[in-house]
Amino acid sequence: MNEKKEQLKKELKEAIANITEINALNEVKVEYLGKKGKITELSNTLREMSIEEKKEFGKLLNELKEESTTLIEEKRKQIEEKILNKKLESEKIDISLPAVTIPVGSPNILERMIEEVEEVFMSMGYDVVDGPEIEEDKYNFELLNIPKGHPARDAQDTFYIKEEEILLRSQTSPVQVRTMLSKKGEEAVRMICPGKTYRRDDDDATHSHQFMQIEGLLVDKEISLSDLKGTFDIIAKKLFGEDCKTRFRPSYYQFTEPSVETDVSCFKCKGEGCSLCKNTGWITVSGAGMVHPNVLRNCGYDPTIWTGFAFGFGAERLAMLKYGIQDVRTFYNTDLRELKAFDRKEMESND
Amino acid sequence: MISLNWVKDYIDLEGEDLKELAVKVTKAGVNIEKVVTNDSRHLVIGEVVECSPHTDSDHLNVCKVNDGHTIHQIVCGAPNVRTGLKVIVALPGAILPGNFEIKAGKIRGVESNGMICALFELGLEEKTEENYNKGIAELGSDAIVGENPFTYLGLDDTLYELDVHKHRNNDCYYHIGFAYEIGAILGKPVTLPECTYQKIDENITDHFQLKVETEKCPYYLAKMVKDIKIKESPDFIKKRLASAGMRSINNVVDISNYVMLEFGQPMHFFDKDKLGNKIVVRDAFDLEEITTLDNKKRVLSKKDIVITDGDKPVCIAGVMGGLNTDVDESTKSILIESAIFDAVSIRYTASHLNLKSEASIRYGKGLNYEYTLMAINRACHLLEKYADAKILTGMVVHDTIDKTPKTVTFKASEVNKLLGITIQNQDMEKELDKLGFPYVLKDDTFSVTIPNRRLDMEENVADIAEEIGRLYGYHNLKSTLPKVTTRRGVYVGDVFYRKAVSKRLRTLGLNEVKTYTLTSPEMSSLFQYQTEGNILLPNPMSVDKSVIRTSILPSLINVYDYNNARKVKDILIYEISKVYDKNYKEELKVAALMKGNYLVNEWHQNSKVDFYLIKGIIENIFCYLGFKNRYSFEVTNLKDMHPGMSAEIFVDREPIGFLGRVHPTLKKDEIYVFEFNLSKLTEKNVKPLKFKEAPKYPEVKKDCAFVVEKDTPSETIEKTIKSAGGRLLTNIEVFDVYTGENVLENQKSIAYSLTFADPSKTLTDEEVNVLFKQIIKKVEETEKAVLRDK
Repeated sequence: MNEKKEQLKKELKEAIANITEINALNEVKVEYLGKKGKITELSNTLREMSIEEKKEFGKLLNELKEESTTLIEEKRKQIEEKILNKKLESEKIDISLPAVTIPVGSPNILERMIEEVEEVFMSMGYDVVDGPEIEEDKYNFELLNIPKGHPARDAQDTFYIKEEEILLRSQTSPVQVRTMLSKKGEEAVRMICPGKTYRRDDDDATHSHQFMQIEGLLVDKEISLSDLKGTFDIIAKKLFGEDCKTRFRPSYYQFTEPSVETDVSCFKCKGEGCSLCKNTGWITVSGAGMVHPNVLRNCGYDPTIWTGFAFGFGAERLAMLKYGIQDVRTFYNTDLRELKAFDRKEMESND
Repeated sequence: MISLNWVKDYIDLEGEDLKELAVKVTKAGVNIEKVVTNDSRHLVIGEVVECSPHTDSDHLNVCKVNDGHTIHQIVCGAPNVRTGLKVIVALPGAILPGNFEIKAGKIRGVESNGMICALFELGLEEKTEENYNKGIAELGSDAIVGENPFTYLGLDDTLYELDVHKHRNNDCYYHIGFAYEIGAILGKPVTLPECTYQKIDENITDHFQLKVETEKCPYYLAKMVKDIKIKESPDFIKKRLASAGMRSINNVVDISNYVMLEFGQPMHFFDKDKLGNKIVVRDAFDLEEITTLDNKKRVLSKKDIVITDGDKPVCIAGVMGGLNTDVDESTKSILIESAIFDAVSIRYTASHLNLKSEASIRYGKGLNYEYTLMAINRACHLLEKYADAKILTGMVVHDTIDKTPKTVTFKASEVNKLLGITIQNQDMEKELDKLGFPYVLKDDTFSVTIPNRRLDMEENVADIAEEIGRLYGYHNLKSTLPKVTTRRGVYVGDVFYRKAVSKRLRTLGLNEVKTYTLTSPEMSSLFQYQTEGNILLPNPMSVDKSVIRTSILPSLINVYDYNNARKVKDILIYEISKVYDKNYKEELKVAALMKGNYLVNEWHQNSKVDFYLIKGIIENIFCYLGFKNRYSFEVTNLKDMHPGMSAEIFVDREPIGFLGRVHPTLKKDEIYVFEFNLSKLTEKNVKPLKFKEAPKYPEVKKDCAFVVEKDTPSETIEKTIKSAGGRLLTNIEVFDVYTGENVLENQKSIAYSLTFADPSKTLTDEEVNVLFKQIIKKVEETEKAVLRDK
């Protein structure tokens, strides 16, 4: 029997060696292991054997059956794998072809700048407030300590809709006035009011008749110019990097007293002097100061109790400085090629 | 320009480095843009000792010039060069204006070691034909060979070019005022110039009557002088005027300018004999005419102020004198005017007549009345000294000016609180002394009188704090943080919605643009929807920026055009902006424009923008804001929109905007847009957000297709299905719309996939079938639909 077993195994191996298709393999399986298969039929001889022989023969027969099944199944796996591989091979694509462009919109560059500033201020407790772009003279000028006849309200600079009454706001400060008035001199104020403003400038690379300001205001009971300095230090570091230095220079605005201009150390040359900072090492980024007592009074706050600071950034200027944009019209024309190329996370920022 | 030589008349600057001083002054708030000194290196006074014609030229001369040490050979082309002339020599190494370096070299074969200069070549005169023809500068015989020519010319001055903030461009733009500013920084006193003179027995009141008939002239002083001699000004006056950029005319005219540059007070000199005996200051009449000094006829209005001789105008007050009373060579007697006019009025007149001058600018900023008086006396002093004038006794005066001194009462602690510093009383005293502000300190309280020259200062402690702060130095301030409660800021009101929708639109693939509020009448007429009309600016800068928009879409069309012209194929943009109608009604609008492909992959498969995509964007926004099941779209016919591909958008049955394809006559490209009023949504309440579980029991899906009239909107069929299906019908989806073979021409087939589910149990086939049949029957009945066989 042993010989027979080895012989049948050898036969089977030969029979499946060159098979490449599952059907042919199945046929061989039937031939050997089917009801009338060569191996199955061997059990017919069992009847004529002694118990001892049966025991011996049965064991070998089972072994033969198991080993044959394994041979066939292994072969089956091989064939299946080959077929699959062939299929996969046929499905091969050119992975170097261009991808699908996923449509994700980009923010306008100015708006992106504003959102970055908003985030810094909101983290420090400043609310973001909106106000009308068509304003009354009293909010845009009068209550801000700019009385009628004052040179700062020259009609040459302002888009009046109705003379000395209604205008396109020339600054976002009226939002601060409205916010203070709404709190009736009773509550502290902490807000910024980014928004569009309008002045009679001819549009060119550095002028725009429409531009965006980011103004802010903090009114409370113990506020000093030193607090403005500390606050500005944080903003400057967040916007221009941790190594950014700041300085205050005396300035003048009608609605603040004292007034300062706030500079940051040039982030391009790190203060060495370059074309960006006109060799001064410093770049002016905002105007600020302590809220003028007249303005506090006009807006219902008693200046002997309340003090506060106000500041204003030009969004265009910030973005132009920060991202190296040369022409202010970039923001308003929107060349989508530029915008798309600009859609990237800034690794150094937290937003 | 401030001349430091001049300032030295009033304050001791001995030993001060003027460049360093400029830095200090700038740091304290008066910005010095530029420090100008004449670069005298390699420039020297020389004497031409020999001069002979160049053999190879018809106009050049070969000169030998002695500079005190050496004799230099220099070739010179000026016609006026001659032996014995004292000249300015630029030796090799000198750098002249325009970065022009003088080098030794040969001119037509003859060695030349320098250049003999004309004034314009040194930047001391304008380069005009006249100055060019004058040739080289001829120095006087008193010029000392070997010395600095700028010293000889009196041009060894240091000039500060100021760029001062508005509030200080009053007192810092005259020399005495500037001296006070330096005094405050250096802590040095200021000495005012001599203002005394001899008076003759005659009294001005015998000659003149003054009448002021306008409130716009609160202060008017006049003095009279006689027997003046018109001649050239003394050198120092000429030089000082030149440093301020003013031309010397004659001694008398120059003195009026000189005093203005000293005290900041403009003056006007009338020829007394031409003027007569009367001065009346009044508002001009409409259309009143005067010929001004520049020989131009000016037409005035009642907003202007005039000085008259009681009859006709002789001067536009504060702006320009009349030709009829001007000082000329033959003038003998002068009436000197020193006055204050209403600043707003002067600004108006100067800009209205386009006559801005040094004087009108100063009047327009306001004046210190003390200097009005000092200046007129100073003018008399100078006229006596340099024009041999005899000064009449007395002065003609009109005075309604408020002379109440401005005072501020405060404690040092208040200043400290504002600045965040801690200075003591004695330091405060020091600072006030430096500023030259008189004060009294009593019971810890300061009472400070603000000098009248500081017109910018008001009676409040903040103004004092600013003065203290800028002298203390802002760089010395500590950085502290406000003592306020800790919280995170929020987006207030509309801002919240604007941000939410904006971010969602970006997520949905649209790019944010920012465009101009002001537009042209043509553009503003496009896409008019529910508007009362536009605001037109009364004084626009240009037609294309003359209208305030009520719709954002025209601006988006501009952005489309801009990008289309640059061959950008896929344009997906939006903007959120406030718009205003002619009643100033504000609306926050959202607008979008989409053209080209949404998903882009040119070689593989694109997904094109169409009506249903832009509709999907809107639905997504509405659902995101909590308006699911509260919006609808209705066919509409809108101007500038494709009549078959546009719809009006309703929320809670209220029309809020529209969407669709732009009319092909407006834009040939397939452009889809929408615009709606976000303010309308922000007014509405939405249900609070609540979690909804997915159905626990299996859903059953059933498909059916109906053949209906082509015009039947799917929405109506869906509504019918919904009402027939009841609460167990959880979803309806359109999965096929078919026209063509097997469907009549005026018909279409729409296939729906219906989802049934019961939240409380598993639905049986029977239950679903009953419902399904019910639905089909209802649709067939109400929509004249025929169920299509599978």
